[in-house]
Amino acid sequence: MKRVTSELDKTRKNFSLFSKLKRKSHLNSQVWSEIEEILIQADVGVVATSMIIEQLQEKAKEMKLSATESIIDVLKEQLKQSLMKLDSALNTDAELPVWIFVGVNGVGKTTSIAKVANLKSQGGKNIVMAAGDTFRAAASEQLERWAVVCGTELIKGADGADPSSVIFDATEHAHATNASLVLADTAGRLHTKANLMQELEKIVRVANKGKGTVTEILLVLDSTVGQNGLQQAKSFAESVDVTGIILTKLDGSSKGGIIFAIAEELKIPIKFIGVGESHEDLFPFDAEEFVEMLFDFQEEM
Amino acid sequence: MFDTLTDRLGSIFGRLRSKGKLSESDINSVMAEVRTALLEADVNLQVAKNFQARVTERSVSSELHNALNPAQQVIKIVNEELIEILGGEAFSLTYSDKPPTVILLAGLQGVGKTTNAVKLAKWFKSQGRNPMLIAADLQRPAAVEQLRTLASGIDVPVYSEVNEPVSVARNGLKEAISTGRDVLICDTAGRLSIDQKLMDEIQNISDEIKPHYTFLVIDAMTGQEAVNIAGAFNEKLSLDGMIITKLDGDSRGGAALSAKTVVGKPIAFASTGEKIEDFEVFHPDRLASRILGMGDVLTLIEKAEDAFDQEEAQRAADRLLTGQFNLEDFLDQMQQLKKMGPLQNIVGMMPDLPQGVNPNDVDETRLTRVEAIITSMTYEERDRPEIIDGSRRNRIAKGSGASIQEVSLLLKQFKEIKRMMKGTVKPNNKRKKKSSKRRKGKQNPRAKSKIVEAEKSFDLSEFGSFKT
Repeated sequence: MKRVTSELDKTRKNFSLFSKLKRKSHLNSQVWSEIEEILIQADVGVVATSMIIEQLQEKAKEMKLSATESIIDVLKEQLKQSLMKLDSALNTDAELPVWIFVGVNGVGKTTSIAKVANLKSQGGKNIVMAAGDTFRAAASEQLERWAVVCGTELIKGADGADPSSVIFDATEHAHATNASLVLADTAGRLHTKANLMQELEKIVRVANKGKGTVTEILLVLDSTVGQNGLQQAKSFAESVDVTGIILTKLDGSSKGGIIFAIAEELKIPIKFIGVGESHEDLFPFDAEEFVEMLFDFQEEM
Repeated sequence: MFDTLTDRLGSIFGRLRSKGKLSESDINSVMAEVRTALLEADVNLQVAKNFQARVTERSVSSELHNALNPAQQVIKIVNEELIEILGGEAFSLTYSDKPPTVILLAGLQGVGKTTNAVKLAKWFKSQGRNPMLIAADLQRPAAVEQLRTLASGIDVPVYSEVNEPVSVARNGLKEAISTGRDVLICDTAGRLSIDQKLMDEIQNISDEIKPHYTFLVIDAMTGQEAVNIAGAFNEKLSLDGMIITKLDGDSRGGAALSAKTVVGKPIAFASTGEKIEDFEVFHPDRLASRILGMGDVLTLIEKAEDAFDQEEAQRAADRLLTGQFNLEDFLDQMQQLKKMGPLQNIVGMMPDLPQGVNPNDVDETRLTRVEAIITSMTYEERDRPEIIDGSRRNRIAKGSGASIQEVSLLLKQFKEIKRMMKGTVKPNNKRKKKSSKRRKGKQNPRAKSKIVEAEKSFDLSEFGSFKT
């Protein structure tokens, strides 16, 4: 995980959540409202923020805390717990596991597939990628370039082909060539489009029909997203059995705070985080490290 | 999700009503709700706070204490203030005396720059211009191919070469001049606002081609960071406006409002769907309603005006009045409705949706099924549905792959619609409708509300009873 830190070093000053807060100050209403504002600015959301603050205030009372410093530690622990109670392990428990990548447009699905492929093929897995985004112009060409870089196989169909059949073909091919994992791309779809969500349900159904078994449905979420992120996660989880989240673009200035609401309300764990455009910029999620990153103090500098 | 500001304030005022006059602290609690609504719509915290302060001031000084309907009064103030921030007038573009008019697009990764470069080109074509595109996104694999494929669909040339982006832009401009193109749109790679190297690069591109307009492409679903992102791009490129994308989702789009506030430049265009033509000049007042969760009647009416063939509509209205409206006309109307764009968007724009109607539940495929049923009827049956007996019903069901119940339901609904339409369309506003496309402000508001009324009864009766 060293590289996450070095990657984020470029942007660290922007990233640390509480850099503005005076650590040594006395805990008063001013500090409380500052904490509240910091959380809201990190896209944690109004409801989740008030819940977090309430719990914190209770604990502060219970533990008789009076310094800002100590309450920040409690908050850190609390946020870690809320992410850690969800299982971030990746499931490959099948003869031929299939991972399907889903999400709204432009969140980084195709790039994330390349990154996961790279990570897994380094781990010795023999991977087949399926170019299931047959809608966006040149999406399969984009994946094809990555396939060359990562040295993995790619199965693709014609533009506008049925994505289910492309993914099905990939599972058949993977079985025939003794591959150990299929990574399937899908077209970006807004979660409000009933017909596209139905198409997604079909993709999952069909992917399970042949030799493959869908063991992960990974929702790719752009960390720049605001409160709509919760709605996205809800809608996708209603349609298909979302098993985890890939939080992308964490090298930007956004914090992706909506994941706390998602963890609380929908119990969907984060499984990977993406921190750049290169195929090596993806890491398995570590709740402890993630929260530490959010809190990295810059006060003394 | 339909926890709109209107509902929220309504319930607070309901509680307060028993108390008689509103105190200062009552107003403060109302304003806290306003703030929450704004934050939930992704309006930036600082922007929301300033806004809250202004609305409070106006509310306290106004007659809110004694107003008959204080909730409505507050909403009115909030709405006015939002429109004020968003800028009242729609964006208008002036073409350069010395063509081409150069446009530079910038933004983060994945906001939709490439797609919207093409949408913008298509829009210029519809204005009678001759656009050309530059593919200067050499970062993302296959971005150039994506632009080429999309652009060939609308028959607009793309300039690209394997080179660094600044040279590509420079040579693209030369090409546009030598081939006599009057609009040049430069697509660029997505970049983080905090990536100094890439921000310098786009500044170099800008220095090279000296754009007349620089637009920041911004995703409607962006969160609190939108202001910093917009601020950083503005500082580097001095933006002329923004293009807001993915507005067809259910995001409230508060980020756009915040970015607008910080940058002080208008939102010029909005992208509202996956099709290339789902792109329009932005109307500030409509986003205000959306942030408040109050529907978007104006866009709805415009869409109707654009999609509906006026003469056709006139003929249908005449037939309605004389009681001759038949299933054939109904089919026509339905096909026109489909032309208005994704049905969920349309339902989403309606104000005051009845309880239990959620735009996301609207299923466009149901319209297709109704179409199938009608097209399985003979012309005689479409003209006089009353002749459809059990055996005809059976045949129609078989022919359309629907159940007999569905056929019966459709017939029943058609009868209902016919009855309702009779009550809605009045002889004296049919002439009004005829004089083709008028923009907002010029139209008779009553005629508008009638159209919406008719739309509403049409749609909702359909989906209320057709529910899964």
